[in-house]
Amino acid sequence: MAEPTIALEIFRYHPEQGEAPSFRRYEIPYREDWVVLDGINYIKDQIDGTLAYRWSCRMGVCGSCGMMINGTPRLSCAAFLREYFPNPVRVEPLAHFPVERDLVIVMDDFMHKLREVKPWLIRGQETPLSEGEYRQTPAEVDEYKQYSMCINCMLCYAACPVYGLEPRFLGPAAIALAQRYNLDSRDEGRRERQEVLNTEEGIWDCTLVGECTTACPVHVDPAGSIQRAKVTATVDWYKDVLLPWGKR
Amino acid sequence: MRHSSEPIWWSLFAAGGVVAALVAPVQIALTGIAAALGWADDAFTHARVLALVSHPISRLYLFVLISLPLFHSAHRFRFTLIDLGLKQGRGLVAVLCYGAAVAGTILAALVLIRL
Amino acid sequence: MGEAVSRPYRRTMPATWWLTNRAYFLFMVRELTSVFIAIYLVLLLVLISKVAAGREAYEAYLTFLGTPAVLAFHVLALAAALYHSITWFNLAPKGLVVRVRERRVPDAIIAGSNYLAWIAVSALLWWVVL
Ligand code: SF4
Ligand code: FES
Repeated sequence: MAEPTIALEIFRYHPEQGEAPSFRRYEIPYREDWVVLDGINYIKDQIDGTLAYRWSCRMGVCGSCGMMINGTPRLSCAAFLREYFPNPVRVEPLAHFPVERDLVIVMDDFMHKLREVKPWLIRGQETPLSEGEYRQTPAEVDEYKQYSMCINCMLCYAACPVYGLEPRFLGPAAIALAQRYNLDSRDEGRRERQEVLNTEEGIWDCTLVGECTTACPVHVDPAGSIQRAKVTATVDWYKDVLLPWGKR
Repeated sequence: MRHSSEPIWWSLFAAGGVVAALVAPVQIALTGIAAALGWADDAFTHARVLALVSHPISRLYLFVLISLPLFHSAHRFRFTLIDLGLKQGRGLVAVLCYGAAVAGTILAALVLIRL
Repeated sequence: MGEAVSRPYRRTMPATWWLTNRAYFLFMVRELTSVFIAIYLVLLLVLISKVAAGREAYEAYLTFLGTPAVLAFHVLALAAALYHSITWFNLAPKGLVVRVRERRVPDAIIAGSNYLAWIAVSALLWWVVL
């Protein structure tokens, strides 16, 4: 009995060969328990060693294996071949990012944006160590915990048409990360981060398409974080304008 | 802190969105369908409608109903154009969209005051 | 193998991106409901001005509203408005975090109370006008 196979159509781009990108089709054995990443590893090991892609943990933790799988941004280590079998699977690098080669994207823009939102605890005044740790109640932790789960896989950026159209848009994960610190009871840096958030390329270009939240493998709900940031920025604005003398 | 003017438009958008979500369907059913088809004849006689809309509460209600959702629509339409790829002339589009909403608001106020 | 070359390949997004999947398409439909609502508001404002203008003008306008094209517009606008309401209420919990005794009120309850308010307001208006 012949072993069942499945076809992977993979986006190939090799700048030194001066070629435009193209799709190459690989027939690989089909295994019930294989994920798309297993199939790609099989190709790399057995068929074509020149294939370039990123991965590490193979268990949805490291966030490095994001790809467009049949047009949807997914972690290739969490997308089972059986979801697609017997149809072929088309694998492309994450949408909206420049492609370095094959399935590897250039992520400098994303890294830069993460830094831009000052993702660390900002204090007006550091409490001296002798006074002990900053305490938080479980409710205070709950407040930001969801946003701290992000694995920086960039699937949300690949899902976001606003980012696709306007690469300057700060984008879902960076805003969720900003909210992770804004909503932390130990943090005092919200006003500083607003300088980055409260701009057109910050939160205001977002039209709540909502696909970032659908794409997120760890349920960060970046769309929700952006909506909350809009509400906060609006409340700030009215406070600043209507109560210029009031305490801020 | 830099003052982006977006919060003001966004809050009008959101407020208008709430108003539209709550009452646009029933309003459209009433004036666009029930009145147009002449259901409940006596409800839509000129005398009755005039009396109904002239009440101060009705005027206030109609003003809110028209003005806020106009801002809602203006904002959404502006961003729909951007989402469809508009890059040049974003400023002009914003002025035209919100300008139309402001004009509609003024017109609504005039019509409702003179009733 | 030669020297590694870096010449990132940039893909562009076509203006028809919203036709490429169902979620994007529904998003665009949601955004375009605003056009129907805006046109309706203009027609409503004209209606009110006709009421002010007197009985004849008002009745002529009612006849205009009854013409098939205008009627068809209102049926479409009703569908658009309903879609707006549903999507709006479903998304409202995204921006709204309500807390009762330190506990976050579940999204379903926030959306649910929106729907209740919607039904109550609609029933009230219907009853007042008719
Ligand atoms: S928010 Fe979710 S989808 Fe976006 S980078 Fe983080 S984990 Fe990935
Ligand atoms: S390989 Fe680490 S998340 Fe997929």
